[in-house]
Amino acid sequence: MKRASWFNVTSLTLGFAFLYLPMVLLVIYSFNSSKLVTVWAGFSTQWYGELMQNEAFLDAALVTLKVAIASSTLATILGTMAAYVLVRGGRFTGRTLFSGMIYAPLVMPEVITGLSLLLLFIGIGLDRGVLTIVLAHTTFSMCYVSVVVSSRLVSFDRSLEEAALDLGCSAFDAFRLVTLPIIAPAVISGWLLAFTLSLDDLVIASFTTGPSSTTLPIKIWSAVRLGVSPEINALSTLMIGIVTVGVISASLISKRNAVKAQQDMQAAERGAT
Amino acid sequence: MSQKIFAPWDDPNEKPLIRFENVTKKFGDFTAIDDLTLNIYEKEFFALLGPSGCGKTTMMRMLAGFENPTSGKMELSGKNIAGIPPNKRAVNMMFQSYALFPHLSVWENIAFGLKRGDMDKRAIAARVEEMLKLTRLSKFAGRKPHQISGGQRQRVALARSLAKAPKLLLLDEPLGALDKKLRQDTQFELMDIQEGTGTTFVIVTHDQEEAMTVASRVAVMDEGRIIQVATPDGIYEAPNSVYVADFIGDVNIIEGIAKPAGEGTYRLNWAENEMPFVATSDVPFSDGQTAHLAIRPEKILITPDKPEDANNAVRGSVLDIAYLGNLSTYYVQLAGGQIIKAQTANTRRLSRRSITWEDKVWVSWSATAGVLLAQ
Repeated sequence: MKRASWFNVTSLTLGFAFLYLPMVLLVIYSFNSSKLVTVWAGFSTQWYGELMQNEAFLDAALVTLKVAIASSTLATILGTMAAYVLVRGGRFTGRTLFSGMIYAPLVMPEVITGLSLLLLFIGIGLDRGVLTIVLAHTTFSMCYVSVVVSSRLVSFDRSLEEAALDLGCSAFDAFRLVTLPIIAPAVISGWLLAFTLSLDDLVIASFTTGPSSTTLPIKIWSAVRLGVSPEINALSTLMIGIVTVGVISASLISKRNAVKAQQDMQAAERGAT
Repeated sequence: MSQKIFAPWDDPNEKPLIRFENVTKKFGDFTAIDDLTLNIYEKEFFALLGPSGCGKTTMMRMLAGFENPTSGKMELSGKNIAGIPPNKRAVNMMFQSYALFPHLSVWENIAFGLKRGDMDKRAIAARVEEMLKLTRLSKFAGRKPHQISGGQRQRVALARSLAKAPKLLLLDEPLGALDKKLRQDTQFELMDIQEGTGTTFVIVTHDQEEAMTVASRVAVMDEGRIIQVATPDGIYEAPNSVYVADFIGDVNIIEGIAKPAGEGTYRLNWAENEMPFVATSDVPFSDGQTAHLAIRPEKILITPDKPEDANNAVRGSVLDIAYLGNLSTYYVQLAGGQIIKAQTANTRRLSRRSITWEDKVWVSWSATAGVLLAQ
């Protein structure tokens, strides 16, 4: 191991401080027993307790969860299909255009996405509510799923599908019985990514939300405008927790599979000699 | 009791299992298969041999149903199979990469094809057990493909493709990923299994030794065309062209002008001021026609003194010796600069052998040792 130089240590510290200091502060103050956000008055979990009593927050949390699950599931299905066509479709006419259009939402400003969706929903007379948020979130998280899944499909041995066809599968069976189980870790990672994206989206949700369907980020945003309360800190801490678990498990799932496959492979080679 | 020789290709009443009739396959402007006509018979172990890009893999993929011919007729037991998808053909394929399903155990891999039909569970289990026994994999039934060795994976792939008892089994470079020793053992295993199950095998390979060992007939391909189809000894001893002679094994090619000398015998004028070589040929050559004498190194005798009774003998000096252990190849340079390779089996130990570098030697061979080829 190379010893860390003072320069490396400093830049690492600065980098992490820059990234995580605000969040650490928020987590610490969520355990503050004082009502005043900036004054530390000892450790307490009372705000978590009070949060559980706050029905407006709980309702918002429920809506958020529903939206996140529905939109990430939809996005995963659509995104996987798009990835499959992009990687396997060969050189069909308009492929470049199609792939460009799939990835465009990645760089599109959220405000534009939100506004255009709002115009669409008004145009077709769709009442804004949970459904419109789900549709909106599906739209923007689908491209993330398709990026994750297509990167897995590129390295997928095509002869596996041909073997399935050769053994009597229809094209759909080959996908269902062979391709999907093998790319499942990537699909699950994509789902978790879409889930966390939907969970903390404020901009697009506020464009497409209706009166009865306030999501948690919107609720927090409007509550904070009346002043930051320790309750908000507690709520935000919980959200950080959920998102962290989601992202870490998404990356662990794909990493563990790779490591395990390699270990088994080595064990098999040793067993052979 | 004499054994009946397996040679359905010589029997005009025999119906071929596979018939290619003027099959052409194009990928855009590139012609992968060029107007190819070929019969393959039941119970054959047929090898497609050729350099990479010669079209052998395309032919196999057409048989499996992954590609369709651009034109021409392709028949399997008398039925046209062009356009029938791979899952509707009684043809199975063993892939070069094995293509084992990594998420399924060895047992489930072998059962995969059986489960696609309407076989009942008990029959499937019985068939899988049979296949496991055939390929000596019973101990590994519960393992995943990445938990077994390369040789075992190869056997799983074979068992899986044989499980459905196909009329025709295609093997795409089946032994390419194995090391040399294991490959030789597996070749004999493949032959045993082929004979035992009576399945027709078509193997694609670029390894000529492998093709010669396993196949009942070999087709040598080049640039989308079949150059010669014959038994392994036919290909080796009676190649029909310089390309085939050169592709299979080691060969000396001597170019010259043929002059008929009666009863299928020709004289080949190969260099000025040298005695012409005498060679026999079933194929007639006209007076003055260019001919190539193809002669295998092991059929050339190398001696310190001029042999008395050889049809052809020529003097030269030893330029190089390639010692392979069991064999030695001597590179003998003739007066005109041509190099003749002569091979001898090392039946004696090294210290007892008499010929070494720069020695003046005679190389000689009989009139029937070589083949005269027009091109």
